[in-house]
Amino acid sequence: MSVMIILMIASILVAGGFLIAFLVSARQGQFDDEYGPPVRMLFDDKPKEIS
Amino acid sequence: MQQMQQPLERFHYDNKLPKAFLMVTILWGVVGMLLGLLIAFQMAFPWLNFDFALTTFGRVRPVHTNAVIFAFVGNGIFMTIYYALPRLMKASMFNEKLGWVHFWGWQLIIVAAAVTLLTGHTTGKEYAELEWPIDIAITLVWVVFGINMFMTIIKRRERHMYVAAWFWIATWVTIAMLHIVNSFEIPVSMLKSYSWYAGVQDALVQWWYGHNAVAFFLTTPYIGMMYYFVPKAANRPVYSYRWSIIHFWALIFLYIWAGPHHLLYTALPDWAQSLGTVFSVMLIFPSWAGMLNGLMTLRGAWDKVREEPILKFFVVALTCYGMSTFEGPMLSLKNVNAITHFTDWTVAHVHIGALGWNGFLTFGAIYFLIPRLYGTPLFSKKLAANHFWIGTLGIILYAIPMYFAGFTQALMWKEFTPEGTLQYQFLQTVTNIRPMYILRGIGGTLYFTGVLLMVYNVWKTVAAGKFIPTEYGEAPALSKVFVPAKSYSFWHAWIERRPVQMLVVSLVVVGIGGIIELVPTFLIKSNVPTIASVKPYTPLELEGRDIYIREGCYTCHSQMVRPFRDEVARYGEYSKAGEFVYDHPFQWGSKRTGPDLHRIGGKYPDSWHYNHMWKPTTMSPGSLMPNYPWLLDDDLDVSHTAAKIRAMQTLGVPYGNGYDQIAVADLKKQATTIAENLKKDKIKTSPDKEIIALIAYLQRVGTDIKAEKKNTVTKN
Repeated sequence: MSVMIILMIASILVAGGFLIAFLVSARQGQFDDEYGPPVRMLFDDKPKEIS
Repeated sequence: MQQMQQPLERFHYDNKLPKAFLMVTILWGVVGMLLGLLIAFQMAFPWLNFDFALTTFGRVRPVHTNAVIFAFVGNGIFMTIYYALPRLMKASMFNEKLGWVHFWGWQLIIVAAAVTLLTGHTTGKEYAELEWPIDIAITLVWVVFGINMFMTIIKRRERHMYVAAWFWIATWVTIAMLHIVNSFEIPVSMLKSYSWYAGVQDALVQWWYGHNAVAFFLTTPYIGMMYYFVPKAANRPVYSYRWSIIHFWALIFLYIWAGPHHLLYTALPDWAQSLGTVFSVMLIFPSWAGMLNGLMTLRGAWDKVREEPILKFFVVALTCYGMSTFEGPMLSLKNVNAITHFTDWTVAHVHIGALGWNGFLTFGAIYFLIPRLYGTPLFSKKLAANHFWIGTLGIILYAIPMYFAGFTQALMWKEFTPEGTLQYQFLQTVTNIRPMYILRGIGGTLYFTGVLLMVYNVWKTVAAGKFIPTEYGEAPALSKVFVPAKSYSFWHAWIERRPVQMLVVSLVVVGIGGIIELVPTFLIKSNVPTIASVKPYTPLELEGRDIYIREGCYTCHSQMVRPFRDEVARYGEYSKAGEFVYDHPFQWGSKRTGPDLHRIGGKYPDSWHYNHMWKPTTMSPGSLMPNYPWLLDDDLDVSHTAAKIRAMQTLGVPYGNGYDQIAVADLKKQATTIAENLKKDKIKTSPDKEIIALIAYLQRVGTDIKAEKKNTVTKN
């Protein structure tokens, strides 16, 4: 079952990458605002003179 | 807000790419589902195979699965990302030219896939059937897509990345890894290769890939899609943004480990099976968080659901997502799996997800996008509502007969008489559920009719409107946390200025390099058989096995006798891990439309196989198996036999030095023996025919262990 080692390396590499991405983004304040983002995405930002 | 300090910038949203992806989503959806209908009815009416190789179930089924997954859903993902990502990031798509390379590259891959699969060029690994040149093309196009996506994210004017983008990022990263690891194969010719892995190892890698293809191709990108379109269509913010963040991270961490639940009770080591079960059960929490979050977004907006077909589609899509993610963990329990595995239950489970979740979410998104892309209301809301109802009915009529068929067949397989013999012949369990196959076909037809209504509706809307190729947006530039100097505006500045990203990227690069070096050496070592009597296939058997793979026999036959009383009584000794060490690729299968074949070797005379492949009903009246008359007519191609032996030697299969030189002579000798054997039964055939090789293989499968038993007897 040595293939497990390959799968473990691959899986842990990706999971570790996600973990780091999570920690970095959380530290940068990505997830601080839980109200703004879901509301902001509802608005389209059309420039006034165009539409 | 700090953003106020920045001047407003104007930029454009390209609509041409989303439109192109939308159109091919519909096109491939129609093609893929039509093929699905064909194979559904083939299972009830075998004459629909037309005695013709290209239209036979084993060849069409992989085209159906690949078409609906990678063509229909794949283009649906790209359609959403090319439309929604720039809008969420408040930035133009990074590079439109690259986008078109992505678009045409992906369509070419789809066409190449259909052509090669129908002509029998397949790796024999489910959902990863495409041969190595196409695998490389997929990798390249995926990288092009990745560049476009990540650069758009980097160029964004909105500091916060909306949760949908996170799901798409996870999709890209994980699919890249899965595709690369599972596609390790050694080429024999331009369109033939063998998996690097063998037997149990191949099975584990394949289902690690297979399950995560469900997770990261059919689920995460579609959850991203759901988080964009459901709030937009309902004009409500998502119920709980906190949930969406938590369930995203939980989902991606748990999914990666759930693959072995496809291999319960097989020759895979028990601990690996249990690991898969545990993670699968845990998955119910993040999955349901996503489902509930989507449904609760509609709180207080249910009046809109009554009027808006788009929302109706989304409600059923989310409900189906919830049902199949409840069912998934249940099917991962070993006691449940013992009943459902290899039956039509699995097919029902998959189609709740495919028809309900992926299909309906895509339809909703198409109805949402078409009026916006063409600046006109949808041609007919009523028609869309009819599509919804007829589609929903189709799903129900598809799933219920399949559940019924699966459960019935499993119970019939396991039924013993009071005397302790099997109650039913395998064939009886098949003919018994044939009416269910017909009902399922009708369900599929209804679903497909709904799709045709959509095509008409889209057609009329397009005709009534005028395509808006470009839209404009306005937003202040992202206030920089640090202002980079001009010289740092190269693409790699993003990595260089951030040590953590740098580390991750180097780790990935190093990891891939390391894996590529490690794979051959250490897989070969562990392929040394633990069962002494297990020997490599003879050249003729190897060629026969390649025919078995080419004709897609694995789409209906398993080669895995599980250690259950009924299976041992029906098929013979249960399958051992050590028996598969030379199986590149493994052919365990995942569905028993026909009986298991792991102990077929020596069970019937050669002439039985000859007649059975010509016309199965001559040997087993009532059989639903297609006829394979061309195997009796076509000559076996031995031009690659030597190369195949050499490839196997590279993979550690112990053929003697220089055996490739005499392999063809050996092959002919064995073929002559079989032809003479057939002659005794009054069958006149030339030893050059393909059928001879297939018979050689079928007579060999699973027989090595019988020799082992005899040996032990003599030793004692």
